[in-house]
Amino acid sequence: MKKLSSSLTNMALVLTIIAVVAGAALAAVNAVTAPQIEKINADNLAAGIKSVMGSDKITVAEPQEKKATVAGKEKTFIVYEVTDESGKSLGKAVQTSENGFGGELKVLVGFDQEGTILGYTLLQHAETPGLGAKATDWFQKENGEKRTVVGKNPGKVNFTVSKDGGDIDAITASTITSRAFLLAIKNAYDNTCLTDANTGATTKANK
Amino acid sequence: MNKYLKNFKNGVIDENPTFVLLLGMCPTLGTTSSAFNGLSMGLATTAVLILSNFLISLIKNLVPDMVRIPSYIVVIASLVTILQMVIKAYAPEVDKSLGLFIPLIVVNCIILGRAEAFAAKNGPVESIFDGIGIGIGFSLALTLLGAVREFLGAGAIFGITLQGENYGMLLFVLAPGAFLALGYLIAIVNKLRSK
Amino acid sequence: MEYVLIFITAIFVNNIVLSQFLGICPFLGVSKKVSTASGMGLAVTFVLTLATIVTYLIQKFVLDPNGLAYLQTIAFILVIAALVQMVEIILKKVSPSLYQALGVFLPLITTNCCILGVAILVIQKDYNLLQGVVYAVSTALGFFLAMVIFAGLREQLAMTKVPKAMNGMPIALITAALLSMAFMGFSGVDGGLKILFGLD
Repeated sequence: MKKLSSSLTNMALVLTIIAVVAGAALAAVNAVTAPQIEKINADNLAAGIKSVMGSDKITVAEPQEKKATVAGKEKTFIVYEVTDESGKSLGKAVQTSENGFGGELKVLVGFDQEGTILGYTLLQHAETPGLGAKATDWFQKENGEKRTVVGKNPGKVNFTVSKDGGDIDAITASTITSRAFLLAIKNAYDNTCLTDANTGATTKANK
Repeated sequence: MNKYLKNFKNGVIDENPTFVLLLGMCPTLGTTSSAFNGLSMGLATTAVLILSNFLISLIKNLVPDMVRIPSYIVVIASLVTILQMVIKAYAPEVDKSLGLFIPLIVVNCIILGRAEAFAAKNGPVESIFDGIGIGIGFSLALTLLGAVREFLGAGAIFGITLQGENYGMLLFVLAPGAFLALGYLIAIVNKLRSK
Repeated sequence: MEYVLIFITAIFVNNIVLSQFLGICPFLGVSKKVSTASGMGLAVTFVLTLATIVTYLIQKFVLDPNGLAYLQTIAFILVIAALVQMVEIILKKVSPSLYQALGVFLPLITTNCCILGVAILVIQKDYNLLQGVVYAVSTALGFFLAMVIFAGLREQLAMTKVPKAMNGMPIALITAALLSMAFMGFSGVDGGLKILFGLD
């Protein structure tokens, strides 16, 4: 077959056809994958909430956004109230964020009704691999009393790194990440657990 | 059949895109912090390369010369976007670790380079084999580089720890290590080839 | 102050070439001489800034309102390719002297991944237009800086004796590694600045 010549009509025609075919193909694939991507995100969140609440048999309420001013900056906390199957409250999972060493550090943390930490997971981070990125595992329960945040209540212990006189050992060589991580949880506690009893109204007002 | 095999060997050894032609350096350096990441990037690129080679060699006679490059770019960009959506939907972990480098496959010079140099002049079947060869060459190179960096940096390969718990020259996982490891690997390949 | 922070972070802390690995091809390819390296750097600065503005407007006013976000990659790369062509034609007409300086680099820029990369990053980071522009200009300056320093080093390197197998690309890569290590010294500076400016 001979190559089409570079006449203006040919060029315009070919480019249009290619663009239309490409657009149609993308739209078709998008129609298939978009719901799947949404489902994966929802599943990840659900799995995250289950893991930070330390229980599989839970019912998660619709998320509530809570805004608060922390140190002059407005912060948004997303609160998921969690109940067990019988409807008894287990506490809440709170999504919060803070600036870490490499960028935003997004934490999902589970509190029981008293505000004691049940578990945590990092939803998103940009910390240095091998250093700050260790935060995913460092503060988990298996690592002993000095390191873990699980089982501690930010209102009752000194919730900062030991370098700053606190009760928790920072990740080796990653104090900035550790500080940001603890601060994120402390802010979540201060603004969603402490104030709940007397400022239930603000939560609704801000929703 | 022999001809196809030759295309294949050419891509893996004689014209290895990474170690010999030095093409596609951004993903080579940016995504090889571990063997698994390197392999995923290699395979993603290979998939796009095979399909783009195939499609472009099919349409090569229908596209007037003057609009050749924009047409090829549209084809490649569509394939990359499809790949991106599929990865997001079915392999979110890969999407997380490769991130920005998936859409950037579009500007990987290997792909447009092969389209121009090979697919635009050869039949669809040869083009597929050329894609497979070059793609495997690229994947092998990225996996090797990723394995070297992961081994030196974290004491593991494919996440399997081979050294003690706290072993690791962290530098190799970080940015400078990418340049260093690739520099020495190319030097070794040069040495082997000069024999 | 926020803009100063974006500026310093993009040039030094997250240098586009030395820590983000975008734009490596020109970084390794046209860095043998300081003069060509700075020409490339200027051309990239020019196109990157323009491309970021245009792609930002397209994303916000064409793609997002119509739910076509999935056409991002394809739209951006076409815009960049067209833009490069246009810049080339306009420069030729308007400023032949500038065209002489930048002309040879322009066609190479379409496949420079830092242009597409930055355009996508600006959208991902959810910047507004002004932040996006500041980010694009500073990223480009970071690219320029890395190019010129690297070219300076390579000019010196060309006069030294290097083992045969290391000659050319390997030794250049190792030089780049050392340069990248030097830039690692800036990491954390952004955190300090944030506190200094009271942004944290």
